[in-house]
Amino acid sequence: MATLTYRDALNQALREEMQRDPNVFLMGEEVGVYQGAYKVSRGLLEEFGPMRVVDTPIAELGFAGVGVGAAMAGLRPVIEFMTWNFAVLALDQIVNSAAKLLYESGGQVPIPIVFRGPNGAALQLAAQHSQAWDAWLSHIPGLKVVAPATPADAKGLLKAAIRDNNPVLVLEGEMLYNVKGEVPDGEHVVPIGQADLKRPGRDVTLVCHSKTVAVALKAAEQLAGREGVSAEVLDLRSLRPLDEAAIVASVAHTNRAVVVEEGWPHAGIGAQVVDVIQREAFDHLDAPVLRVTQADVPMPYNKQLERLAKPSPDRVVAAVRRVLYLD
Amino acid sequence: MATSVYMEALSPTMEEGRVVKWHKRDGDPVKAGETLAEVETDKAVMDLVARADGVLRQVAAAEGQTVPVGSVVAVIAAPGEAVGAAPAPAPPPRPAPTPEARERGAVPVGSPVASPTAAADATRVKASPLARRMAREAGVDLKLVTGSGPGGRVVRKDLESARAMPLPVAPPSEPAPAPRPPVVVTQAGAGYADVPLTQIRKTIAKRLATSLGPVPHFFLTTEVDMERAGEARDALNQSLGERGRVSFNDIILKATALALVQHRACNAWFQDDHIRYWDDVHLGMAVAVEDGLITPVIRNADRKSLAELGKAAKELADKARSRRLQPNEYTGSTFSVSNLGMFDIDEFTAVINPPEAGIIAVGSIGQKATVVGGLVTPRRRMRITMSCDHRVIDGATGAAFLRTLKQMLENPLAMLL
Repeated sequence: MATLTYRDALNQALREEMQRDPNVFLMGEEVGVYQGAYKVSRGLLEEFGPMRVVDTPIAELGFAGVGVGAAMAGLRPVIEFMTWNFAVLALDQIVNSAAKLLYESGGQVPIPIVFRGPNGAALQLAAQHSQAWDAWLSHIPGLKVVAPATPADAKGLLKAAIRDNNPVLVLEGEMLYNVKGEVPDGEHVVPIGQADLKRPGRDVTLVCHSKTVAVALKAAEQLAGREGVSAEVLDLRSLRPLDEAAIVASVAHTNRAVVVEEGWPHAGIGAQVVDVIQREAFDHLDAPVLRVTQADVPMPYNKQLERLAKPSPDRVVAAVRRVLYLD
Repeated sequence: MATSVYMEALSPTMEEGRVVKWHKRDGDPVKAGETLAEVETDKAVMDLVARADGVLRQVAAAEGQTVPVGSVVAVIAAPGEAVGAAPAPAPPPRPAPTPEARERGAVPVGSPVASPTAAADATRVKASPLARRMAREAGVDLKLVTGSGPGGRVVRKDLESARAMPLPVAPPSEPAPAPRPPVVVTQAGAGYADVPLTQIRKTIAKRLATSLGPVPHFFLTTEVDMERAGEARDALNQSLGERGRVSFNDIILKATALALVQHRACNAWFQDDHIRYWDDVHLGMAVAVEDGLITPVIRNADRKSLAELGKAAKELADKARSRRLQPNEYTGSTFSVSNLGMFDIDEFTAVINPPEAGIIAVGSIGQKATVVGGLVTPRRRMRITMSCDHRVIDGATGAAFLRTLKQMLENPLAMLL
């Protein structure tokens, strides 16, 4: 087991899967010669050549469509978006082609494709480049959506995504690429649709994914120290399918929940999680479920305003105090 | 920590209560279980008891004032404890703090004295789903648990402390207070008087409108020869001597209970999506009281002897008239009897007491020229009219029950079988 950055864990997953299956290829802006805008594809052009590591023009709809066509023809494309903000241009191919073809062909045309790239805010990238698309993308039947928070999950989920016969969207994070963690060598595949208990606890469940896992863990640390509150941190890892059983089991254990996400509150991932909780864990609830989200505004460019708009450990702690009736 | 004194639901259908009399005054020391006040519910005058030791403070409901169930009427504070201003009846809900305000710790906190309780639906106990489940499993009445959550919500913590502590038991009732004359508001020269509805009158209005309107009634009448029942009564009373007295009403109650045992289809409740057929007969008995009527219940009427039945009926009627019936004494009847014979009413129809499926209306017993064995003879006769809920009882079903009842009354010895 090696300690790797999230970036290198993704790189390892890509390399291993391209070695394992000659049908797997990578395509996107700057993935080849420049080795990736965030260096996720470092060394891959050298190892696999320009037929399997393909630089594209700045034309997201075009290369996403080429990817879908390649998948129809039997290849297993991995399409990198420089950020998911740019993938909005390619949504027609993702939503209307990739997500629908298996259904509309009566099961004859599977689309084994991966769309991946950084999602959500980084630092001062302003309103157009700081958006979390989790809820948008998870809304669509026919797509699977994963959002790893750790290097090990990044490797395991990307490998699972490449091997899956359906379109899988991998939501990474610019602020995650440098995160370090232990990553199992070789064959490490994390099944899609399984949440992971990142920290066991007794008093409240913090449901989170992607970047908010770190926020929740930090809040749990503060709660344990200052307040003597034992918080359980449940990392969803997959947003579609959602591991409803894990959510229900955790809430049944703690009787309270706070859902933390990077996206906006309206019709967010947290709303879906709260639906699961009220439906399946109603008799276990001792308090209404609260959510901590990005403020319901376009992301401010101003550094202090941006900090205030994002979910923070302090806001999670405040929400936990309310569901525990400590305020 | 001060404990709020709520207007409690002292009867299952109570939505508001009128403070008749405070037994304790502001500043009086009180002990848990002591009577704080007498409260007129929709059915009776009941005691409101203290749920904690301390000093009564902030009495917020004056004698004669009617307040919704769940509102704070006073506070029990520790001796010397500082309490704030008297609780407002329905404080506005806490504004939801903005995320920014929360982050700076500027969350407004609720009043430390009394948990505010919304007046909108005061009979509803606010409790978390978990607390409801725990209460159900532990057999705890949530109405008796003081909620510590927002708006008085009962949460897990409250259930845990409630289970650790035995619930207070109401002390035995005191002698009946003198009946209180209704307050009459008269407009001089208006030619009319507006009399506010008493609690019992409000309940009657609400309950009966839910009967004759939604319940499809039909009526069956039969005339019963009461000659032999009269002879039986006279013989029984002679042998009882000083030890008691059997009335026609007792015989009618007994016969009704026994007939219901044979006709279980009439001893039933209509329950929206099902009909509940009762094994036991709990007989409701309409009793006229000063300003209304109430239906106390004779439990297991079919298994009581005539003497026991007569005694129970008399006790319940006395209690009803002095407004001292406990809730379990006027709920749960499976069939009812209404008797206006003493008012010289020949026959009438009674309104069903939901969810029951039937009621019999008993008229007066009078001498009538009757043909017996080809000869016109004076006989004591009585008319009974049964009101049936057609959703439960069909014509033939009701008629069969009524025939059995008639046979029992006309041949009282059959009751011994």
